[in-house]
Amino acid sequence: MAKNNKNILPLTGSQAVAEAMRQINPGVVAMYPITPQTPIVETFAKYHSDGLVDTEIIRVESEHSAMSAVLGASASGVRSMTATSSNGLELMHEVVAATPGMRLPVVMPVVNRAVSSPINIHCDHSDSMACRDLGWIQIFSETAQEAYENTLLALRLSEKCLFPSMVMQDGFITSHSVENVEIFSDSKIRKFIGKYTPKNPLLNLDKPLTYGPLELTDYYFETKFQEAEGFECIIDEYTKIGKELSEVTGNNYPLFEGYKIKDAEAILIVLSSSAGTAKEVVEKYRKEGKKVGILKPKLFRPFPYKEIYKAISHAKVIGVMDRSMSRGAFPPLASDIKIAINTHKEGKKIPDVASYVFGLGGRDLFKKDIESIFDSLLNNKYNITKIDYIGVRK
Amino acid sequence: MITPKELAKKIQKQEAFASGGRWCAGCAFPMIVRTILAAAGENVVVSNATGCLEVTSTIYPYTSWGVPWIHNTFENAAATLSGAEAAYDFIQKQDEKNLPKFGKELKNKKVKFVAFGGDGGTYDIGLQSLSGALERGDDFVYVCYDNGAYMNTGNQRSSASPLGSSTTTAPAGKEHLGKEELRKDLLKIALAHNIPYVAQGAVHDLIDLYNKAEKAFSKKGPAVIDVLSPCVNWKIAPGTTMEISRIAANTCFWPLYEVDEGKYKITYKPSKKLKVEEFLKPQGRFKHLFKNAKGKKIIEKTQKEVDRRWEELQELEIFTNRK
Repeated sequence: MAKNNKNILPLTGSQAVAEAMRQINPGVVAMYPITPQTPIVETFAKYHSDGLVDTEIIRVESEHSAMSAVLGASASGVRSMTATSSNGLELMHEVVAATPGMRLPVVMPVVNRAVSSPINIHCDHSDSMACRDLGWIQIFSETAQEAYENTLLALRLSEKCLFPSMVMQDGFITSHSVENVEIFSDSKIRKFIGKYTPKNPLLNLDKPLTYGPLELTDYYFETKFQEAEGFECIIDEYTKIGKELSEVTGNNYPLFEGYKIKDAEAILIVLSSSAGTAKEVVEKYRKEGKKVGILKPKLFRPFPYKEIYKAISHAKVIGVMDRSMSRGAFPPLASDIKIAINTHKEGKKIPDVASYVFGLGGRDLFKKDIESIFDSLLNNKYNITKIDYIGVRK
Repeated sequence: MITPKELAKKIQKQEAFASGGRWCAGCAFPMIVRTILAAAGENVVVSNATGCLEVTSTIYPYTSWGVPWIHNTFENAAATLSGAEAAYDFIQKQDEKNLPKFGKELKNKKVKFVAFGGDGGTYDIGLQSLSGALERGDDFVYVCYDNGAYMNTGNQRSSASPLGSSTTTAPAGKEHLGKEELRKDLLKIALAHNIPYVAQGAVHDLIDLYNKAEKAFSKKGPAVIDVLSPCVNWKIAPGTTMEISRIAANTCFWPLYEVDEGKYKITYKPSKKLKVEEFLKPQGRFKHLFKNAKGKKIIEKTQKEVDRRWEELQELEIFTNRK
């Protein structure tokens, strides 16, 4: 197990996130099963039964109640978590939307899965993308290791900026595949996490607060504006807290990962586990002398428009691969990249952006698919006005 | 047993729920809330479903609440309170030195948890959330102020609306005479979770309501109290709230009873059981029933159902108290 004194364990993405939750030892965890998230709460429940955490577990009757209970617990003044996927996230959508309005630092691992109908248990990003405008910090993870560390980072980030966080990993691909995951010592992680002092706990009996009042035309807009302003500090804080976490883990926490993009003529942008496959293709193409690279966004909400623009502006063409769609519009990631480029170009010539949708409902993504995208980008065989669907029988 | 004088003093003294909110003239729930909170004691946390009470008591930047209060969404007052209670339980388990200031002060303090919801937020959209919390045995009191329709949004039919009542979504017309179904029996559903205490109260008898609330708070585990809360959307004069509530009890349309650890007790038995017509007639929402033979049949059906439930209640009282 120990290698260079490192605690490296064979863990799935779900188990890795459950490890983060064990180290966080939240005050309250609400749990409800849904594939492929279930192993997270199962692993955590076992830790609870074995006395490794002293969390209060609420075994709710639905995801709607999971998020409701977590909102109540977080408002009360303790660290509060739940985890979900797909239709579970859709069912709790109403309360997911209510949470940032109370500025509650809930952290929720999300194992990405397609959304009904038709029902499908496999990976795509439709579930969390449907929540991207609700006021949650969203961080995507490529590997089990990233999912583990992102959960820890998200906790600090949420508590600093007073917004809830979703930490994504790919359903089955990451959540159920065993990887070597380095788990850092409890003492170091707990020191990083620190003790929790809530800002305005509901359970402060000496200062009774009214949580969730009615605000009409005279105040509601100001509250929402404060949320918009509040979101502005997140990118900087993410970087700062990431540096602190680096001191514990030795790993870096950039806003996005650039892989051979500095001199790349064609850059492919893709979230989560698919970036791993794409990097292999980059290796192959680089050997053939083709200037290609990968950019993998990690922090997706807030979206680091300027930083990403700077990293990709030199390229001739950008391909954006979305694992979700927006019927009748460009998909989420492609839209954001187009905005990033157009917002920050300052009169300069800008790269073309080609949009690709892939992998819906867990459809496999092969290296040959990525090769064909790179080929079309390098050979000027793309259409920026259309969305290309990869790996589908047309 | 509390005397009227003592209760009046208690209700006047408590600062948990202020008067002067934006509820309608003649609304029953301020009295219900103040009575329940008087029984809860000093340390209480309130969860409130979306509805008249929530809307009229917390119009930002004002609040009627002098105690910790949370409103999440419509259907989740119970689950939200479960979260607050779990947070409280977690804090109780911690070493004092590890707790922030509020936690240190909270530790070893006995706190009561109470949820308020209207019948829409309880019988209908909030039933699942309530059922979950009851099944888990969470230690809280759920109070439904039951005005028999979605009154906050202007009188739409709920599963608590009485047979024949005219609501905006089941209005009385030439073909259909208002609601065509009987009321749901909320307390039977609550009892099916084997919880220690359920009770039915009404706003005209605050002593009875206070005693029930006190009992509910004394239980370890969940308790549900359903309280009749007459509403001006019944098309009654604002000054007749108490009177119509009293008639509801005297017709046995709304019996006052409790089920304490499985034992039924009818807490008020009218010396003369009035006909249900006496309850229906003063209310505009039933006026169409008095116009033709079809309406008369609905009144008869209502009477039959009231009689059946009253008989059943009396039999259950005998049965559950047998030696």
